[in-house]
Amino acid sequence: MLLILLGVLIMHLIILILLIVSTAASTWSVGGDTSTDLWYSCMTSNGGYHCKPASSEDWIQAVQALMILSLLFCFFSLIAFVFQLFKLVKGGRFFFTAIFQILASVFVMCAAIIYTVMSPNDGATQFGYAYVLAWVAFPLTLISGLIYIVLRKKE
Amino acid sequence: MGRAGPMRGVWLGINQGTVCFLLLSCFEALCRVASSIPPLHFLSPPCTRTRSRVGLFLDRLLSGLRHPSFWELPAKPETMLTLLALASVVLLGIVPEQSQAIVIYTGWERHALLGSDIRLSCSFFSWRWTSEDVTFSWTYRPDGSRDSISIFHYTGGAAYVDNKGPFRDRVEFVGNPGRRDGSILIKNLDFNDNGTFTCDAKNPPDIVGRPSSVRLLVFEKVPIQAGVITGAIIGVVLGLLVLIVVIYYLMRFLVARRVFSLSVSKHGKKKKEGSQQRQGPVPPADPSKIKV
Repeated sequence: MLLILLGVLIMHLIILILLIVSTAASTWSVGGDTSTDLWYSCMTSNGGYHCKPASSEDWIQAVQALMILSLLFCFFSLIAFVFQLFKLVKGGRFFFTAIFQILASVFVMCAAIIYTVMSPNDGATQFGYAYVLAWVAFPLTLISGLIYIVLRKKE
Repeated sequence: MGRAGPMRGVWLGINQGTVCFLLLSCFEALCRVASSIPPLHFLSPPCTRTRSRVGLFLDRLLSGLRHPSFWELPAKPETMLTLLALASVVLLGIVPEQSQAIVIYTGWERHALLGSDIRLSCSFFSWRWTSEDVTFSWTYRPDGSRDSISIFHYTGGAAYVDNKGPFRDRVEFVGNPGRRDGSILIKNLDFNDNGTFTCDAKNPPDIVGRPSSVRLLVFEKVPIQAGVITGAIIGVVLGLLVLIVVIYYLMRFLVARRVFSLSVSKHGKKKKEGSQQRQGPVPPADPSKIKV
């Protein structure tokens, strides 16, 4: 029982770290010597490393908001998990934790979809690792949420 | 007064300390007074439980005040002296120091559409009354250049606008010098008007001040400020979350109360029949929900 608990907690922490890295790292699209992400688009020219704020179009701001929200909800679900671990009655389900985790997964999915559809595609730009991390985080979060639904607090 | 340097720091420190002490004691006194009023009795446990130093001092002060001998002069000379010193410190510290600098306020950055008009506001704060010789002057420095040219000057009750430079016939004075407002209106903006506008105001004899600058950016299409939509989405979702949690706990609380009132009064059963029908299946499931 303790093993399952530890495993679930470690998975949750891994998801949280994945989300943090994906939101903050600056490589959602890479192409040549430019790397763009949600917040800055930086290019390494011969002068050095020049960054300017990413295009302030609507969809980028929506992706920013959704990634931040998914991060917040994952964090809230972690807090709710620890809280419910100590306060839940025997045999109860981790209701709040599961809801927040599933909401976080929905938000990550929406953010990744919006970015995929709306990112400008010229031949030179490929998707960077932060984008891949976001797509990886989505099914992990969903599975974690479903585990929390099934999990019960036993004696 | 014009103290400078470390003396000013000490002075400010004493002033802040006294003001804080006064505020704390006022708060404590208000709390005690409020908790003695019958409707606000619920305030008394938190107010009287915290026996802070300020509270103890206040208690002693109040008990001393109630003592009849307190009001008979002469009191002990030491207490009179300390009270006098305290009062003088408080009064002299609270009265603000008259610094002779004039403070000028403009915006930080202004965005405008091509071809539109923009009002650049400039106002100042000064300890002196607004004199008749108040002057406003605006200068302009284009982006990427180091020279600034003067485009507006108000002095002696008359406004002089640019009649030779890039803003010829486009500047208009819309301020009110009597109300310390020296704003100008620039019409029909162009991309060449990008730059920094500096306002300098003088209110004789208060002339020492730092001019303040506002940056003008002209766009074809005003872009959405970075982060407005982000903030809006995050705010709405978090607000909805808080709302849902509050409603959830409220419903639990209300249903708990209804369970309580159901067992107590059977008279109101007929009146509550309609709502009870709805709540009928809920109460049996509730005890388990409540424990969660």
